[in-house]
Amino acid sequence: MKRLILAIACASLAFSTAAYAGEYTLVIDKQTVDVGGRKGESLTINGQLPGPTLRFKEGEEVTINVVNKLKVDTSLHWHGLLVPAAMDGVPMFNGFHGIRPGTTFTYQFKIRQSGTYWYHSHSGGQEQEGLYGSIVIEPADKEPVPSDRDYVIVLSDFTTETSDDILANLKSDSGYYNYARRTAGDFFSDMSEKGLVATIRDRLAWGEMRMDPTDLADVTGYTFLVNGKSESANWTGLYKSGERVRLRLINASAMTYFDFAIPGLKLIVVAADGQNVQPVVVDEIRMAIGETYDVIVMPKDDKAYTIFAQSLDRTGYARGTLAPHEGMSAPVPPVRPRARLTMSDMGMGSMEGMDHDMSGMSGMSGMSGMGGMSGMDHSKTSMADMHAMHGAKPAANTKADAQPTGWASGAPPGTKVLSYADLRSLKKQKDTRPEEREIMVRLGGTMERYIWTLNGKKEADATPIELKYGERVKLTFINDTMMAHPMHLHGMFVQLVNGQPAERLPNKHMVSVPPGKSYSVMLTADEAGEWAFHCHLLFHMQSGMMNKVVVARLGAEGAK
Amino acid sequence: MKNLFSCLAVASMAMTTPLSANEMSEPNFHVVRLQVDGTENNEGGLVTWEGEGWYGGDLDKIVLRTKGEMQNGHVEASELWGLWSRNVSDFWDLQAGVRQDIDPHPTTSLVIGVEGMLPQFIETHAHGFVSTRGDVSARLEQSIDLAITQRLILEPHTELNVYASDVPELAIGSGISSIEAGAQLRYEVTRKFAPYVDLVYETATGNTARIKRNNGDDPSDLTLRIGLRIAF
Repeated sequence: MKRLILAIACASLAFSTAAYAGEYTLVIDKQTVDVGGRKGESLTINGQLPGPTLRFKEGEEVTINVVNKLKVDTSLHWHGLLVPAAMDGVPMFNGFHGIRPGTTFTYQFKIRQSGTYWYHSHSGGQEQEGLYGSIVIEPADKEPVPSDRDYVIVLSDFTTETSDDILANLKSDSGYYNYARRTAGDFFSDMSEKGLVATIRDRLAWGEMRMDPTDLADVTGYTFLVNGKSESANWTGLYKSGERVRLRLINASAMTYFDFAIPGLKLIVVAADGQNVQPVVVDEIRMAIGETYDVIVMPKDDKAYTIFAQSLDRTGYARGTLAPHEGMSAPVPPVRPRARLTMSDMGMGSMEGMDHDMSGMSGMSGMSGMGGMSGMDHSKTSMADMHAMHGAKPAANTKADAQPTGWASGAPPGTKVLSYADLRSLKKQKDTRPEEREIMVRLGGTMERYIWTLNGKKEADATPIELKYGERVKLTFINDTMMAHPMHLHGMFVQLVNGQPAERLPNKHMVSVPPGKSYSVMLTADEAGEWAFHCHLLFHMQSGMMNKVVVARLGAEGAK
Repeated sequence: MKNLFSCLAVASMAMTTPLSANEMSEPNFHVVRLQVDGTENNEGGLVTWEGEGWYGGDLDKIVLRTKGEMQNGHVEASELWGLWSRNVSDFWDLQAGVRQDIDPHPTTSLVIGVEGMLPQFIETHAHGFVSTRGDVSARLEQSIDLAITQRLILEPHTELNVYASDVPELAIGSGISSIEAGAQLRYEVTRKFAPYVDLVYETATGNTARIKRNNGDDPSDLTLRIGLRIAF
């Protein structure tokens, strides 16, 4: 462990001196690591987990040599960066075929933005196994919000299981990792709370859908990390009383949403997904996988504060410390109780008003209906059927206070949790046109079989979404499933349709769509290429929840 | 034994046929699950086993199943199935293949059926069989997992066998030939390692029960079995 720390220290030194040299080398390898007492094989970048922080400057022409020392193909994708399509690093897109074992691939692109981003492998499940790191880009002009100190906080989920094993376990038993299922004890406690009839009705309704309301996270057994350090290793960032400290929060997990807070400190959110926003003061942020948030904190007392990020399924937390001196620590709060989805979260209306005669659904499971089954529309998930049957319309973009209860953070009353509706772009948006067309994206899947889809199709069967260069479209996500999906578009920023004026819609590359809800974003298709478009839950992406957005520039060279 | 080989040959043939080029590129997975238990009944020591393994992707799988029992060290019933399993809806696979019974009397049958989950999480296997001798039969197996705690699982399970006509070689009469109902209580140390106790009531029914009684056998049996379930 000591050696790893030393390595990290040396490497970060090397990177701070090499800062704007323009050429970087990243060596991808495999080694044994010890994380919080868990020993296992991990993929590493320059011997580190996570990989080194890449510090660029806006306008810089960067050259990144990626050396593959693994026995399998690899790749690195620059998450949130505007790059030429061929440099985006997704195998089988734009003529890129991954980086073969023993070879070096050289990425070259100009840095056209500033802010906090990250990078990770886009090959198989390598991201889960350690191939991720942070990117910090200094703006060409001054930072709009200056700070005295600047720390990167990379949150991640570490496991010693290989990503192939995890996926195989999920495919054979989707509840493999769920140790929070409803038990006999829950039945009796629900019964004393809601009564026997309501409890039985609730169980029957979930049973009818063959869905599990406790499925908040598909994978458990993680050790959650702050900058590669477990809770006990306690990553510590130093401050002097009265300083403004900028924390660049990155959720680099494979499968974990975090509720992030620093008890005792207000978080002033100044950027989301690397893009500056008008400052918003909050107590807590629910961070979807792949999101980054820059926050300013101003600790005044001469004491330690706990950086606390509890996983959505409450199986654990990542923890670090902000302190005036090394070795200090503050109390670690308990994780909050786990939330559970309710029927109303799923757009089903109240239980009382529910019609339990779901004949349309039971029909498909009848043995006698076997012949008809082969003719069924397999693209429909149970939830889609339910929407159709109950005439439930997907709700419009939801405000924080109207979030589904099962998706609520469970924060005590008076806690201000960041909502997408709070985000206002600092810079005025150039393109404020209304959409020329709307593209619906249904987020679907069958948990039981661990198949996840976009518009009813797995990646292998999907038709790419084609956009004309310069076209302004609205993408509307409709989540037919009971999990939130952090949707990610490569190559371009989208703007959240969050109730702010058109010129203040915030740029994002991640859009978290809560269970059973819908959300719209605007997109100007101004980057030509084949762009990956997927759920950033790693195993959802691997199970089919991915498609291609093709922006074709039709003989209009220099149309930009 | 010859029959067993032919059964395997058919199964392996099935393995190579149905995958199109597009599906080939999808990743394949495999799982093997086995459970073996032992008990004492009024005839002595009884060992029963059940196993299932599959290999394949989201759409097509090859499934092997085996089931059997050993009384006092002598195999009294054993069967091996080789199936091609095709996903046809969210919760159902259509299956077809071959079932080879080795004991008590070698019998080869064609199998067609479904495997899937009914509402209320009822795992269901329903298969029909036509033997090379022309005997038609069917089997329905159902089970459900009830979590007492996160690791202590109660699994009620049932099995029903039906024959269209008398099968003298197997001492089976037409109609519902046997019913099995049980409740397995297992402790999942991990999802892949679970010791269990299983209270099982088996009974021959109708014409089959009559044949058994005529042979001087007891048509029903209640046993408490102790066993282990593993997966890899």
